[in-house]
Amino acid sequence: MIECRNVAKIYRSGEEETYAVKNITFTIRDGEFVAIMGPSGSGKSTLMNLLGCLDTPSAGQYLLNGADISALDDNELSGIRMRQIGFVFQSFNLLPRASVLRNVTLPLIYAGIKRQEREQRAAEALTAAALPEKFWSYRPHQLSGGMMQRVAIARALVNNPALILADEPTGNLDTKTGAAVLATFQKLHTEQQRTIILITHEPYVGEHAERIIRLRDGEIIDDRPNNQRRIL
Amino acid sequence: MRITDLLQETQLALSANKARSGLTMLGIVIGIASVIAMVSLGQGAQGTIQSSIEGLGSNLLTVMPGFLQPGRGFVSAGRGSAQSLKNEDSEVLRALPGVAHVSPELNRRLQIVAPTGNNTNSTVIGATPEYLAVRNATLAAGSFFTESQLRSLGRVAVLGPTVAADLFAERDPVGQIIRLNRINFKVIGVLRSKGGSGFFNPDDTVFVPLSTMQKIVAGSEYLSSLAVSVEQKELMASVQEAATAALIAKHRVDPAAPDFSIVSQADIIGTLTQVTDTFTMFLASLAGISLLVGGIGIMNMMLTTVTERTREIGLRRAIGARARDIERQFLLEAVALTFLGGVIGISLGWGIAAGVARFANIATSVSLASIALGSGVSAGIGIIFGFYPARRASRLNPIEALRYE
Ligand SMILES: Nc1ncnc2c1ncn2[C@@H]1O[C@H](COP(=O)(O)OP(=O)(O)OP(=O)(O)O)[C@@H](O)[C@H]1O
Ligand SMILES: [Mg+2]
Repeated sequence: MIECRNVAKIYRSGEEETYAVKNITFTIRDGEFVAIMGPSGSGKSTLMNLLGCLDTPSAGQYLLNGADISALDDNELSGIRMRQIGFVFQSFNLLPRASVLRNVTLPLIYAGIKRQEREQRAAEALTAAALPEKFWSYRPHQLSGGMMQRVAIARALVNNPALILADEPTGNLDTKTGAAVLATFQKLHTEQQRTIILITHEPYVGEHAERIIRLRDGEIIDDRPNNQRRIL
Repeated sequence: MRITDLLQETQLALSANKARSGLTMLGIVIGIASVIAMVSLGQGAQGTIQSSIEGLGSNLLTVMPGFLQPGRGFVSAGRGSAQSLKNEDSEVLRALPGVAHVSPELNRRLQIVAPTGNNTNSTVIGATPEYLAVRNATLAAGSFFTESQLRSLGRVAVLGPTVAADLFAERDPVGQIIRLNRINFKVIGVLRSKGGSGFFNPDDTVFVPLSTMQKIVAGSEYLSSLAVSVEQKELMASVQEAATAALIAKHRVDPAAPDFSIVSQADIIGTLTQVTDTFTMFLASLAGISLLVGGIGIMNMMLTTVTERTREIGLRRAIGARARDIERQFLLEAVALTFLGGVIGISLGWGIAAGVARFANIATSVSLASIALGSGVSAGIGIIFGFYPARRASRLNPIEALRYE
């Protein structure tokens, strides 16, 4: 479960203070599929960095499974990310020199898990992300964009996280492959009851979630269930 | 993170850009190879000098006329310091406890003419039969002169192997007549080579009885030096002290400024070791500069790598790598490069040292210590020059690193 209580992030440049996000209060239950939407500069990425424990709030409280992460240091935040968070980025961020399988096992390397178990869990994650086995030994550059994003989804899944955060996961994909990636998220949500937060500025993409939180100028202006949900 | 995984990450990262890794490593290879080769030259020179000095006799004290002040060389004592040692002095020394043999010597540099017409300039040493025992010399042919030849001013000579070769080439010198200062001497023996070289070659000498040297050839009752061999190494210091006291009493001179000095073999080796150490250090630091340049190459490459892989660093941080995991990874990359370069450099340096010894005939010696030092230094270079880039990588802000274009 995720809980934000009056979370704010302030960026200082000299004397000037800008609130990237402020007054953020919401709760996301386990197994929810939420889209965070808003125009450019509305604070979506800032919020994702906070929820993903890449950053800590300037004010307010952020509770991840009941634990307050606001006061944690850099090492402890790394540990939380290692165990509880899976990231999917717009630009995939795969290591070009490593095979698909090794890219997916990477989070488990930092968790100190042995090779055999690593590869087994990576295989499960790749299967769940719907990437056929024949591609597992490929290098990322040998794959299409949609496949690369599925590798990234498998990497986000492999540590069995409490929360999957995807920042514009379809931003670099055409409509058709984008739809396949969104279908993968929906499948993970319905079949594995994953908690997924999808960040996007495209209404079409957001409509695949069960609930939509809208931001403008760093504040929540709307938070309601998505009644016209697209099911793929 | 497991160590095998860390090593595998390192291997993947370094093989990703083989040309760059190889060229950067080459800097270290050259640096370490030149250090090893240079140090081997210095140590080889040291070994040669030491063994040739030890070949001149073991447990040896040398008494020389004149007062040798440490660091100032010989200081003239005012009244003919070069002529202060006499034959009686050898009796005084022989009577001391712990003294095995005493060899009084008078040297001159003279022209030697053979009946073949060949001639050579060489050191003629007036000596006694004890010379052989004191200086560890042995005969290759014939015999050395005897006590009776010494007493009877015998005109006999024993040749060092270099002189024998210069004068008689392939022929047997024993029984031949040579001329020193227009006086005829019969050659009765040839010494075995000691293989010395450089500033003093013990093979380039001719020996005649001391009495003959003093009375007939040189016309001097004094000695150039007295070589004293001591029974045991442990007695060297006490014999040196006793000899100094005995000669001061005998010569009736001021103990603060005697007219002779006694140098032990250890002193000579010590001084020369200092010289060769300085020489070795000098060569090593010249080579060290190339190692430094190699190290800067490593740092340069690592900084470039860190910049190029900024997004990768951001990603690794996002999936749970701690700052210290990142630091370790980059440090290990630098150390792996320099260590590998070090190992190759040591082999190359060894090869160069062996090549120099074989083809240029200069003694070299690669010691275990210099190999250990070489590998230690190369790994150390990796740590020193890899530290800053690794630190920089670990301090990157994950959010900014992920956004880096
Ligand atoms: N490191 C920073 N320093 C200063 N201001 C920042 C920083 N990061 C973000 N901001 C500001 O915070 C606000 C929100 O930025 P954010 O990147 O969260 O927006 P976004 O909704 O993700 O936009 P986009 O859709 O373009 O990605 C912007 O006004 C931005 O200028
Ligand atoms: Mg953004």
